[in-house]
Amino acid sequence: MSEKKLRMQLQCPMPKLDFDVITLGHGSGGVLTNKLLDSGVFDLLSNPILNEKHDGAIFKLDGEMAFSTDSFLVSPIFFPGGNIGELAVNGTINDLSMCGALPKYISLSFIIEEGLKMSEFWDILLSIKLACEEAGVQVVTGDTKVVEKGKGDKIFINTSGVGKLHPKAKIGAKNIQEGDSIIVSGNIASHGMAIMSVREGLEFDSEILSDTTNLNHTVSSLLDEFEHKIHLLTDPTRGGVATVLKEIAQNIGLGIEISQNKLPVNSQVAGACELLGLDPLYVANEGLFIAFVDATIEEDFLKKLQKDSNGINAKVIGKVVKDHPNQVVMESAIGGKRVISMLPGEQLPRIC
Amino acid sequence: MSEYRDPELAKKYLEEIKKTVTQPWSIMEVCGGQTHSLVKNGIIEMLPKEVTMIHGPGCPVCVTSLSVIDKAIHLALEKNVILCSFGDMLRVPGSGKNLLEAKAEGADVRILYSPLEAVKIAEDNPNHEVVFFAVGFETTAPANALSIIHAHRKKLNNFSILISHVLVPPAIKAVIQDEESKIDGFLAAGHVCTIMGNSEYYPLSREYKVPIVVTGFEPLDVLQGILMVLRQLEAKSYKVENQYSRIVREEGNAEAQKIIHSVFEIKNQIWRGIGEIPDSGYKVRSKYQSFDANQKFNITINEAPENPDCISGQIMKGLKKPFECSQFGKKCKPTNPLGAPMVSSEGACAAYYHFSGLVEA
Amino acid sequence: MCLAIPGKINSIELQYGGAVRMATISFGGITKEASLEMLPDADIGDYVLVHVGVAISKVNEEEAQKSFKYLEELGELGELTDVDNYLPKSM
Repeated sequence: MSEKKLRMQLQCPMPKLDFDVITLGHGSGGVLTNKLLDSGVFDLLSNPILNEKHDGAIFKLDGEMAFSTDSFLVSPIFFPGGNIGELAVNGTINDLSMCGALPKYISLSFIIEEGLKMSEFWDILLSIKLACEEAGVQVVTGDTKVVEKGKGDKIFINTSGVGKLHPKAKIGAKNIQEGDSIIVSGNIASHGMAIMSVREGLEFDSEILSDTTNLNHTVSSLLDEFEHKIHLLTDPTRGGVATVLKEIAQNIGLGIEISQNKLPVNSQVAGACELLGLDPLYVANEGLFIAFVDATIEEDFLKKLQKDSNGINAKVIGKVVKDHPNQVVMESAIGGKRVISMLPGEQLPRIC
Repeated sequence: MSEYRDPELAKKYLEEIKKTVTQPWSIMEVCGGQTHSLVKNGIIEMLPKEVTMIHGPGCPVCVTSLSVIDKAIHLALEKNVILCSFGDMLRVPGSGKNLLEAKAEGADVRILYSPLEAVKIAEDNPNHEVVFFAVGFETTAPANALSIIHAHRKKLNNFSILISHVLVPPAIKAVIQDEESKIDGFLAAGHVCTIMGNSEYYPLSREYKVPIVVTGFEPLDVLQGILMVLRQLEAKSYKVENQYSRIVREEGNAEAQKIIHSVFEIKNQIWRGIGEIPDSGYKVRSKYQSFDANQKFNITINEAPENPDCISGQIMKGLKKPFECSQFGKKCKPTNPLGAPMVSSEGACAAYYHFSGLVEA
Repeated sequence: MCLAIPGKINSIELQYGGAVRMATISFGGITKEASLEMLPDADIGDYVLVHVGVAISKVNEEEAQKSFKYLEELGELGELTDVDNYLPKSM
């Protein structure tokens, strides 16, 4: 567990409660619900807007805004490098960042399967608190429901978020031009393989950690310097780098060329992919983004990103071209070319 | 392993291949893993146009018969059965749905890395029947056999395997014997030979005058294997060579063969898209019948007819190319496969579909 | 068929009352268990090929070196020029 988390646990010990597990009663809106929320959620995540405890949050936000929502169903809910709580917060923060927005307020909704241990729920709440503090956002409204055993998978979380657009941001696929440089902010496939390493039937011992983190500060500082020369930002979550690049290629009607040798992958992650017969290009990522930038700023952008703690392993992986429009073509490690297509569904480990 | 992916060496092999060929040759790579390597590394485009690679039937996922998949789905939907399987089988359609869809309907279907883990699941769930969908070539047979041996040793009565094992040499024989097939040389499957050795290929090479080279799966392995076949063809020599000698011994793995033969015996087998090939499959020996899901669960499912538009048999024998199929890319795509070779990423049709963009360009 | 990758045996444990040798195998930092029942003389430090949880062969280093010399040998037949590029790489 990280030092910050440990400190958080000491600063915010779980309150003494007269229940160990969450039951249907806790979601019904009565005394039990208040017990859970008051001693849990509200206390921990306290801020003036949330403390109003009204049906909705009232706040002022001027200018052009971005709004995003995402639901999180990851299993297992605790995995090497994090848990579903911080994933949920970072996920929405990062989606807003990809729009060029500065995330400010988020909503937090829980659907809890009865029987979830209170201690696990507390751990998740602590991670949410920490993630919010790191990102500088506040949870201003939310909801908690409890479903019967078997009707949920321990806990599902939805977060929605709002943020003001960075004044210099001009992000959109239509801004992408031929010659644009494609840069990935770090090692790919870490999150997906961290999850795989604890999935029953596919376990292996490794030190692979999920790379979930908030990217808003990194993105904001890049926008400060490079402004509209950053044409598009996107985070390759489910489906991996390949899926997101293919979607963009189809959207912009231009071609994308990438090089296998340039893809940054942690060696343990690469080994795990080999072992299970998975292609890292299609494995989910979390604290990672891809930037399409004007070719003229490629070098400076990369240098600045690599100085950021979230971009140490950033690399240029390819460029936008006029050839083979709508297609992503990858040069393999030995120099051959292959077309990258979308997978029909979730990538399954192969034996063949 | 990176030394087997060295781009400089790959270039040298390609140059040497270009220098060696004086006329068109067709080479079949038998194994799906080899097909995967050729496509993934873009090797097919890099070969000179005189060399045509034909993708063989070496994809056990692709050749598992419809009735076996239907049986697996039937078992999975039985409330008390935990159906364990390798990941790549989950999307293969039976006559109706596939295992992934059965899972969505509530079946307890689990993806495992190893059949030995299924034995553990049986131990941990004594009140459930655990069935392992034992698919594969000879490479996987020892592991599947071991799962029965382990279960037997632990005296488990809730474990069994649903077997669909296919053997490579009879398939190569069937392909060579087909009068219409025009294959000049073969790349034999390196990991199958790791278990079984190379002996079965000598009579085939001699009788039908075809060079057979056992290769590995890294790009340099496959390139070296192709070069070795071409050199033989140009010199009119027809022998068995072992490119994968760092792993494959002439006699194979004797211990593994012993384990296979103690648990399985040879039988005729239906290959999806091809039909019945004599002596080309395994069944569980009667002494282990309590671990044979076919015996334990008396389900008779008739072999469903293949989609009439699907020409997978001809493709897997190398007689037609995927884009010569009327449904290729139209009704038949990876998201809606009409037949076996479009399902697995190693099937010839799926492989061509994925890099078809380049072919048209 | 079939996905098998080479790894190094880190440790060996006897299970089921001594009947089964299970090894912990390292694949470039990832470790996973595999059965050694098919390789009775495999030992700690050996490189083995593992397929679906079972080690199926030992890696023969000498043979591995030979495969890199293949093109060099062809070169000795007078067909290639730049021999230096074909010297075997170290494992």
